[in-house]
Amino acid sequence: MSKFNKKKNAEVPAVNTASLPDIVFMLLFFFMVATVMRDDELQIENQLPKANQVEKLAEKKKVVTIYIGKPSPNFAKQYGVTEVIQLGDKISPISDVQTYVNTKRNAMDEDDKDEMMVSLKVDQNSQVGILTDVKQELRDAMALKISYTSIEGDPLRNLKN
Amino acid sequence: MARRSAPEVNAGSMADIAFLLLIFFLVTTTIEVDSGIASKLPPPLPEDTPPPPIKEKNIFQVIVNAENRLLVEEEDMDIKNLTNAAIAFLDNGGGTDPRNACTYCRGAKDPESSDNPKKAIISLVNDRQASYKMYLAVTNELVRAYATLRDREAKRLYNETFSSMTNRYSEWPATEKESPEYLELEERIKKVRELFPRNLSEAEPQNRE
Repeated sequence: MSKFNKKKNAEVPAVNTASLPDIVFMLLFFFMVATVMRDDELQIENQLPKANQVEKLAEKKKVVTIYIGKPSPNFAKQYGVTEVIQLGDKISPISDVQTYVNTKRNAMDEDDKDEMMVSLKVDQNSQVGILTDVKQELRDAMALKISYTSIEGDPLRNLKN
Repeated sequence: MARRSAPEVNAGSMADIAFLLLIFFLVTTTIEVDSGIASKLPPPLPEDTPPPPIKEKNIFQVIVNAENRLLVEEEDMDIKNLTNAAIAFLDNGGGTDPRNACTYCRGAKDPESSDNPKKAIISLVNDRQASYKMYLAVTNELVRAYATLRDREAKRLYNETFSSMTNRYSEWPATEKESPEYLELEERIKKVRELFPRNLSEAEPQNRE
């Protein structure tokens, strides 16, 4: 008789976890779509500064990236503690910038070559000197379109700390 | 009597598999930073080119020293005031003869400051020891000065800000780039750019003793 059976099942029922996979899959798809695989393993510190007069960069296939910053602690022994340049996935001397840019440019489609843009990802605490040297090299390589890649935000707040 | 039902597939481990994938993508994700301050470098010059003649009053000198201090036109300045100082300089319109006069400027018309925005040049000199964040902040403020003035002129001529025009321009569908509206927009952007060309010159950094 059901009237009496009720008492037997009085324990708390287990939480139904059947929809858990759905939730997780939803998260999974979000991250799959938002993921950009990192092409370059960074060997330097690279904290980008903030700026608010930013423009969107060109399409990825037209962009060449150059990183500048101090070597991260693991590499400090090998490369010292002053700012260095990272091209692709290794730290290189300034003299390699032209070759690197030209190699990248030659690999592009004919149409994209003229619109090539160099994205300079410079650590916010580095000194300007090395950046100037790089820009000089870029001028000689005729890579004149550049972009100081930065995070959107108020630049004056960078300076406070 | 127990009712018979088809045996259910055990989906208990589905969550585990999904979690595994999720964690993989979480770790490899880098949300991309894909914006920055665009700039154009001058092409390399032959060794012995003489500098073009530019009147002293048409140059707005901005110097950043090794201690990240700002010197604007020989005066110490806080970076907060830089944009307004640059706007005042660019928009001055001090030229008097018809060749130099600026019809759309609303500045003070100070004869000691720039003749017109097409001739006005902002020269940014930075010490090699200056920090990049200071350099970028200064560049940002100067670019903002140009953007403000272009917005104003675009608003006056076409009743639309310059930034919204460039936004529309870059988001134009690729299939409709032949349409007259697109070409008209392109023409308008070019015109506003010409009113306030971005003459931002960066000299070689120097180490001042």
